[in-house]
Amino acid sequence: MSPVPSAPDDSAPWPGPFVRYDLVKEFVVALVVMAGLAVILTILFSSPDDSPTTIQSWAKADPGDFLTTAVTELNGTSEIAEYGPPYNDTPDATQKIGPIDLQSWAGVKIPIDTAQDYVIAPLREIPADPRLKRSLAVYEAAPVKLQEAWAAAYEEALPKARFPRGVPVLPAGRYGPVAPMMTALLGLAQSGGLDGALVAGNHRFYQTNYTKPLLFLSGGEYFEERAEGQHLLGTQWGMMNETGSYPGQVWLWLYTFWYQIEPFKESPNADALIFVLMGVLSLAFVCIPFIPGLRGLPRHLGVYRAIWRDHYREVEG
Amino acid sequence: MSPEERQMWTTWVRERAVGALPPEKLLPDRQPSYVSSWIYVFGVATIAALIVVVASGTILGLKGPEWWHVTGIGRFFNSIHLWAVELFFFAMVVHLWGKFFMAAWRGGRGRTWATGAVTFLVAIGAAFTGYLSQQNFDSQWIASEGKDGLNSVGIGSFFNVVDFGQMYTFHVILLPLAVVALVVWHVLLVRRHGVVPPYPPKAAKPAPPSPPPSSAPSEGSAP
Repeated sequence: MSPVPSAPDDSAPWPGPFVRYDLVKEFVVALVVMAGLAVILTILFSSPDDSPTTIQSWAKADPGDFLTTAVTELNGTSEIAEYGPPYNDTPDATQKIGPIDLQSWAGVKIPIDTAQDYVIAPLREIPADPRLKRSLAVYEAAPVKLQEAWAAAYEEALPKARFPRGVPVLPAGRYGPVAPMMTALLGLAQSGGLDGALVAGNHRFYQTNYTKPLLFLSGGEYFEERAEGQHLLGTQWGMMNETGSYPGQVWLWLYTFWYQIEPFKESPNADALIFVLMGVLSLAFVCIPFIPGLRGLPRHLGVYRAIWRDHYREVEG
Repeated sequence: MSPEERQMWTTWVRERAVGALPPEKLLPDRQPSYVSSWIYVFGVATIAALIVVVASGTILGLKGPEWWHVTGIGRFFNSIHLWAVELFFFAMVVHLWGKFFMAAWRGGRGRTWATGAVTFLVAIGAAFTGYLSQQNFDSQWIASEGKDGLNSVGIGSFFNVVDFGQMYTFHVILLPLAVVALVVWHVLLVRRHGVVPPYPPKAAKPAPPSPPPSSAPSEGSAP
């Protein structure tokens, strides 16, 4: 690049010519064009609205997967049961950035007891079922090791289960009260009662918090398989996608990109590392005017000459 | 003006405001001659798209979050809202790249760039909470995935993406207000400091002897 004739003062008043510029007209035209484009795109493509997965639809479509998830919630081996903060204080479950453990510092602010919240409390709400009440009493009175053994045996046998008319039939085994409890929970879920029980678990009429049912759903393979069919998994750049062939949140491409490459791809701390990386990059983006080297980059790139080509043609001849 | 009037807070605010942005600078009818590229259109296009976003979002909000799932007209306005958001981000990204290539922060315009960049980041949050507020499978999946990123750094304890009520409030009130306030601030800064001039030419000819017209602002200013 040739040397600059003189150091410019970019804050000084423009000494050259001015031209008429109708800002209001430009704004009105832009508004009409943008509104028109939005209407045209709406008429051509509408918008996606795939119905949500309910616990009822899940329990009916894939009762085996529902029961596998439910029994792991009962014996505390599910993803949510072992998640750590903000749901519980499972040791060594958090993501870290080097020695920094921000996840633990925030604490358990949304406590979830998976056995109680997802299995035992909803079952208690089922009326007029003496056998279920006895099963619950036996289960709760049993030592933890025995509870775990029953649940583990049930989970192990589930792949061999049959579901005639939606009712689970497992090979003979030592499931204790877990088998009747799971059968009752499946029936509650298939009737739609568990959807309501998890939202209104604290006996309030109005509810807008779907934390419990959504975390329960996310523990099942059925939910994930549906997402995979809609190219929504992380490995499918799903963070920036939405259902159907719509552009989705394309502005999240960089955030999504990091999940596709090492060292983040296989890291157990990927979420925390990428979040912090994006935080640093976002801060740098905001502070470009104040970062030596970066703030002068556009001059070396030279794209400005295309943007102001009329001006340079005029002054350079 | 009497000494009492000078001591009034209202007088102080008015004089500061008019001093910083006199009417001819706030809404000029002339611009420096270099403001002659299509890239300048994308700033105002971003604002235009934002207005369509807010207008369609207001209609959706007035009718409630269930409406667009069960009526054709609701679906129509939801689609307008979706595509206006896509247009908003498209125009904003082109605008940002254009301003980057112009190094539009030169000449004391660093805050103008920073407010624009922060607007972009806050708008991403607004769009994200919008996806979470849709009450369909997209919302469920985005929430179940998004929670992991936020929980991993402790934010999920306070900003719970699987809590529809909290996300809806952020989407329809807090973040739109923030975006609009930032855009207003950004535009006022643009008006105050004007459009950044081009880099000096490689071999400059003498400046043409053409003084600014009387109605032009005393300092370069543009959208």
